Amino acid sequence: MFRRPREDARALVRFTFDGAPLEAREGDSVAAALLAAGVTACRTTPVSGAPRTPYCMMGVCFDCLVVVDGVGNRQACLVPVRDGMAVESQRGKRELGA
Amino acid sequence: MATADVVVIGGGLHGCSAALHLARAGASVVVLEKDHVARHASGVNAGGVRRLGRDFAEVPLSVASLELWNRIEELVDDPCGFERVGQVKVAEDEAALQSMRERSETLRRSGFTHEEVIGRDELREWLPAVAPHCVGGVVCRDDGAALPFRTTLAFRRKAESLGVRFHEGICAQAFERSGGAWRVWSPHGTFEGGALVNAAGAWAGEIARQLGEPVPMAATALMLMITAPVAPFVKPVVGVQGRPLSFKQYANGTIMIGGGQRGRADLATNRTSLDYARLAFNARTAADLFPRLRHAQIVRAWAGIEGMMPDGIPVIGPSCTQERAWHAFGFSAHGFQLGPIVGSIIADLVTRGATGLPITPFSIARFTPGAA
Amino acid sequence: MSPGLRDEYDVAVIGAGPAGLAAASLCARAKLSTVLFDEQAAPGGQIYRGITQSPLADRSILGADYWAGEKIAREFFASGVQYVPRATVWSVTAEREIGVSTGGGSRLLQAKHVIIATGALERPFPIPGWTLPGVMTAGAAQTLLKSSGIVPDGRTVLAGSGPLLWLLAWQLLNAGATLDAILDTTSRESRARARTHLPSFLISPYLLKGLKLLRSVRKRVRVVSDVTQLEAKGDARVQSVAYATAAQGAPVGMPVDNLLLHQGVVPNVNLALSIGIEHRWDEEQLCFVPVLSPSGATSVPGIYIAGDGGGIAGAQAAAWRGVMSASDIVRAVNPEAARRAAKAARTTLEHFARGRKFLDAYYRPAPQFRVPAGDTLACRCEEVTARQVIETVALGCPGPNQMKSFLRCGMGPCQGRLCGLTVTELIARERGVSPQEVGYYRLRPPVKPITVAELAELPKDDAAVKAVVRI
Repeated sequence: MFRRPREDARALVRFTFDGAPLEAREGDSVAAALLAAGVTACRTTPVSGAPRTPYCMMGVCFDCLVVVDGVGNRQACLVPVRDGMAVESQRGKRELGA
Repeated sequence: MATADVVVIGGGLHGCSAALHLARAGASVVVLEKDHVARHASGVNAGGVRRLGRDFAEVPLSVASLELWNRIEELVDDPCGFERVGQVKVAEDEAALQSMRERSETLRRSGFTHEEVIGRDELREWLPAVAPHCVGGVVCRDDGAALPFRTTLAFRRKAESLGVRFHEGICAQAFERSGGAWRVWSPHGTFEGGALVNAAGAWAGEIARQLGEPVPMAATALMLMITAPVAPFVKPVVGVQGRPLSFKQYANGTIMIGGGQRGRADLATNRTSLDYARLAFNARTAADLFPRLRHAQIVRAWAGIEGMMPDGIPVIGPSCTQERAWHAFGFSAHGFQLGPIVGSIIADLVTRGATGLPITPFSIARFTPGAA
Repeated sequence: MSPGLRDEYDVAVIGAGPAGLAAASLCARAKLSTVLFDEQAAPGGQIYRGITQSPLADRSILGADYWAGEKIAREFFASGVQYVPRATVWSVTAEREIGVSTGGGSRLLQAKHVIIATGALERPFPIPGWTLPGVMTAGAAQTLLKSSGIVPDGRTVLAGSGPLLWLLAWQLLNAGATLDAILDTTSRESRARARTHLPSFLISPYLLKGLKLLRSVRKRVRVVSDVTQLEAKGDARVQSVAYATAAQGAPVGMPVDNLLLHQGVVPNVNLALSIGIEHRWDEEQLCFVPVLSPSGATSVPGIYIAGDGGGIAGAQAAAWRGVMSASDIVRAVNPEAARRAAKAARTTLEHFARGRKFLDAYYRPAPQFRVPAGDTLACRCEEVTARQVIETVALGCPGPNQMKSFLRCGMGPCQGRLCGLTVTELIARERGVSPQEVGYYRLRPPVKPITVAELAELPKDDAAVKAVVRI
């Protein structure tokens, strides 16, 4: 559970997560945006289906893997959020696009 | 000084297999391994259990070896991860398919029916995700893949349970035959045995040279890579005619991609280095065959050190220059499936002087000008 | 694909933290063609994360030490380095061929010298439940604050040991967060053993700042000392943390929404090890560190390691270690500038070295937090438990590499970054030998995943077509 500062001068960004509309700020990583929006799990593991969220926020833990605009296995903490981005949770072993 | 009936040089699959079969035949065996068991090619290869596409000389051995693979748990108390998922070699055009038909026919005339040619539709039953341009292929239904490190370790443990002694970190450097016995010298001790087996992989050429029968073997680093887990879409092991490829998806969803591309190997330091431009070749081939693979992520690439013979087939059989010495090396990137049977052949040669399988094409004599 | 990338550079720097920025600046100012690759969208690495784009208008939240990074970034931008953000270096060979992924495509290029400045990462903290949503590293919380101004909400507990834990607590409090407790795992034994290094700590740059910070935090947050056990509990996310102290053996629980873990940082060794750079186990810092010359030269000619990747020495030291490595390289073109830079660096580094031994000893992570037991996950990616690792040792696996045929430990996407030290120490403990003898995962490129498509699109090599082997 996280909250944003009262004042944030950065531009508003609108994106979706699993289809649901969310707001973020320009300069947020997708991971930061998801955490700030109260998302509890951004993926489930391929081994046991356990829920995971970002753990290290620096690109080494790979727990923040999400699907960004149809491309899977993206580290959410390394992807800057953009207006209109469609982010989806990565469930288990990902399907490869045809 | 440690003594045994047989001293085996090399703790890879062929060394461990020879040791196991020799122990089963009642011999006392010592295995000398310069690093640790399965450290090199044996532990890191693609694990193909394959009769498909073999050199004709290897076919009888390979067919016999599969019978052992089918009873592998009985043999070594471990299933070794062997999956009989089939092996498919894809033909990308009619010319490839035609050469497959001709080969299959040649094999059939010699009594081998394991390679079945299939057309467009049946190819897609085996490989639903294969690219549209592929016209057919050849399949060996009962081939498959296993886990190389685990397999080699299983052979080792079974051999140990039968009394074989393994010495790791022991680099055999000099060999002397005197008084009807072999003396093998290493910096950490000397070992004596009635018989010597050279199963030293990429380092076996040096031993052959010391025994007076040099061979033109090249030590090579063969590269492989593996992806992150993806949802299952390929069951059999896949190859393709005309371009080297070895492609296998495991139960956990990861995909191993390899195929004959060389990195660089340093025999003195065990170090291998990868060549990405060449690895790219394998990536292109795999993506050409399975377009959806383009989005899969490679998480690791590596290379094992292997011994390659110029004619692509191994050296198996007695030494031509020394008494009571035998060779089993130079498997040229396709020795894994032969592991179980070659050990049995070596045990037969050492204990009875003969084997029922045709090994003449593998004689070391073929590299000695004017030899018998 | 970055169109402006050349095929060859004099110097390639990897990492835009203080070491990388300082090293690249010096090389570029000496007119060497210099490129710097970094994964993030903006410079600063971890310690100065967000330094050029932090939304926090109030500078007192993060403190003066953080904002000191601004000067380094400014000098970097003025120096003429070709800066490539959002670039992932997935391979470096001993011959200094670099494989880099940028803009969705990969390419290979060559450098005469390489400076690896990929810094450190948090030491793994394998407690039961550490993979539950709601549990993250202190560094992660700090990054959220720096880059996005975000603070934890609800019941928040910090657990662990080390200066960064206190720094984060101070910063979060400054930003208006409420912290329910700090569960301090610093052990009595460590505190006692650290006393021999106390004299040098007393004259170190860390003393006054450290004490001031500690005092400020302790006034505002409940601190539980001598914590000997920790467990994160919950179903779909963390709901409580259970802890026991040396004084009170029975665990007590407290409800929690955010559990922030930290027990020090360790060098990020993956790229260096994949090149074959020699490393050794450091018993004081309890991690593998590269074997380096005073200027950061590694066992591979032409390749340097600067900053915390060479052993933990802190942010201020990092910039000067970058200068040391760069001055080695610059000496060939401008010996006078190199000599001056190296001299200044050596003096400053001596200053910042004072007191580190004390910090290392005082905050030495306790063994039960480095070596898990039972069903606690050792490997997060592949969900391998401590018990499974121990059982595999009993089967005859002497080290982490032999284990790979039985367990997928270390074979997940993080490539051992979050389990390597844990597994090495687990095996060492089980076998009764040193971590040096057990060794570490044999790491190979790509050190970060790349797609089949990216690899396939590397420029074609005619020699490759001919070099094929029949299988």
